[in-house]
Amino acid sequence: MAMVPVSLSADPLDQSWYEASARARLDGLVDPGTFEEFIGPEQRVMSPHLPAFDLPRAFDDGIVVGRGRLDGSIVLVAAQEGRFMGGAFGEIHGAKLVGLLRAALVAKPAAVLILFDTGGVRLQEANAGETAIAEIMRAIVEARMAGVPVVGLIGGRAGCYGGGGLIAGTCSRLVVSEVGRISVSGPEVIETNRGAEEFDSRDRALVWRTMGGKHRRLIGGADAFADDTIRAFRDAALDQIGRAPAFDLATLEAEQARLETRLDRFGDARDATEIWGRLGLNDPAAVPGLDTETFDALLVRLPEAPRDAR
Amino acid sequence: MTLAEILHSLFPGGHGVAVTDGLIGGDGPLGTGRLAVVGIDGNTPLGIEGACLLAGRVLDVVRRGGDTPILVAIDSDSQRMSRRDELLGLNEYLAHLAKALLLADASGHPTIGLVYGHTAAGAFIATALATRVLAALPGAHPSVMDLPSVARVTKLPLERLEEMAKSTSVFAPGLDNMVAAGAVHAVLDPARPLGPQIEALIAGSSRKDGRDDLGRSRGGRLVAHDIAARVVRAATGD
Amino acid sequence: MEKLTFRHTTNRSLAGTKAQAITGVVASGNLEVLMERSLAPDQCTVEIDTAINGYGDVWEAVISDFVARRQPGGLRITINDGGARPDTVTLRLLQGTRLMEAV
Repeated sequence: MAMVPVSLSADPLDQSWYEASARARLDGLVDPGTFEEFIGPEQRVMSPHLPAFDLPRAFDDGIVVGRGRLDGSIVLVAAQEGRFMGGAFGEIHGAKLVGLLRAALVAKPAAVLILFDTGGVRLQEANAGETAIAEIMRAIVEARMAGVPVVGLIGGRAGCYGGGGLIAGTCSRLVVSEVGRISVSGPEVIETNRGAEEFDSRDRALVWRTMGGKHRRLIGGADAFADDTIRAFRDAALDQIGRAPAFDLATLEAEQARLETRLDRFGDARDATEIWGRLGLNDPAAVPGLDTETFDALLVRLPEAPRDAR
Repeated sequence: MTLAEILHSLFPGGHGVAVTDGLIGGDGPLGTGRLAVVGIDGNTPLGIEGACLLAGRVLDVVRRGGDTPILVAIDSDSQRMSRRDELLGLNEYLAHLAKALLLADASGHPTIGLVYGHTAAGAFIATALATRVLAALPGAHPSVMDLPSVARVTKLPLERLEEMAKSTSVFAPGLDNMVAAGAVHAVLDPARPLGPQIEALIAGSSRKDGRDDLGRSRGGRLVAHDIAARVVRAATGD
Repeated sequence: MEKLTFRHTTNRSLAGTKAQAITGVVASGNLEVLMERSLAPDQCTVEIDTAINGYGDVWEAVISDFVARRQPGGLRITINDGGARPDTVTLRLLQGTRLMEAV
């Protein structure tokens, strides 16, 4: 993986997306001074369930939701805090995102942006979290059918795992950075269930090339690849809002064809590098080290650009 | 009930539903029309091929038009946990299946989930939980994760979790707890014919997602509905 | 979990006009601090929910030192603690007051 030096700039937009808190990401993402939070921390709407497990609570239950402007247009935004309980979906955490997406039907923002940073369902509130994920997916589909793009941004510490991966797959468009990981079962879960021979979760290079941002972009699991800065995510989000596909039979038939083709072409591949080679990359082993510019240039030159119906 | 018993009760005059590699597909007569059936049998894990195949069947129903309801019958494991499934983008395949079901429902094909065995985690979200109305049969065992696995992840003693599970429904596996959360709308009576029960469920269902309201009235998810409503009010200014 | 509350009288109110600020994240070894300008100008309260029991004396010392240094009159401070060390607590409190002093 390419190591990018830590930014010495004081500009919030130059800060690392990965290192930033959910609040810092949101502050930098929307136009300065336009963010307005719904159910802010002063309302102290905290998990009713964590005390039974002797676990500390957070004032926002690990997700910040609200409204802001992006290049002047009103957007609804949600940002998960991956450091609190792994950004996992609990009852309140999930319900805040459900409410935001339902509001989109009435408020008709230019887009809903979801800043994913999650390990999936919060097991201490598993049934509430699991049901909330189903409600969120239904609400995303309804927002998309009403013409509101839902754009997911993935580059946080906790990645985008479990039900978070399914929600991401329901969005209109996805932006991912090198360190953004998208998957259902995480490496540790696979190793715990199937053994280290199936997945050695300590092999970081294996983790990145199996579920990391470049691989997802190369196979069509994400629509844009961004540098690990707040500015890059902002620019990519702006660009992707205008490219959101409709949610209808034609889009899902195109996705069906896209996913069937992937199974046919790569179903027997043992490793990501094998897939990249078949995609036409001359030097698959060099992919993890490529910077964004070189990587994007390479995507353009591929014999077939990743199709992105979702 | 086994799948064969369910199909016999649903379609006493015969049907065209078959199971291949644990994946269910086909249809049978219901009322004056047909009922399409897709699903997973035999505690089968849901991987990329299975999700793709089921989604294709759902999209076939949508493409044919009309208003045929779709029954999603589920006795599955969780999502298939493997390096290969994740390498090829399992999250996209599972989301695609859920989206196909949500599109079908929005296109005039009411979707009804029926959990008659086990189901868990991502497989549950991609299938039964993506329907308009979710029913279960007594003895079904939907869950997010079993308690021994929860104990491993949370590093809490299993005995303590088992004790807590008796009084706290929000994290405990099992049908009663999923009913309390509002995820499962109704438990069917296996002693009566299933066809009319399914028809009644469809007739009484709405495209509006009322699961958080159910969870509140049943006591398994007391705050979710109010929180979502508060965010809607804040965002829409009324 | 343990709940602690401290009340202090200050010589003056904290400068600035910001009504509210939040800093930090609840995680292992970290904490979040919510500050609200909602008390009388010479009053400061600190309410703490901490994951680690039995450190009331340490908290009392850290909070007293902070109040003596910053004179955060008018502030209601609420803390969710994931087991932060005293120096981290002081850092977050100082970050919070700096945010509150912004005009």
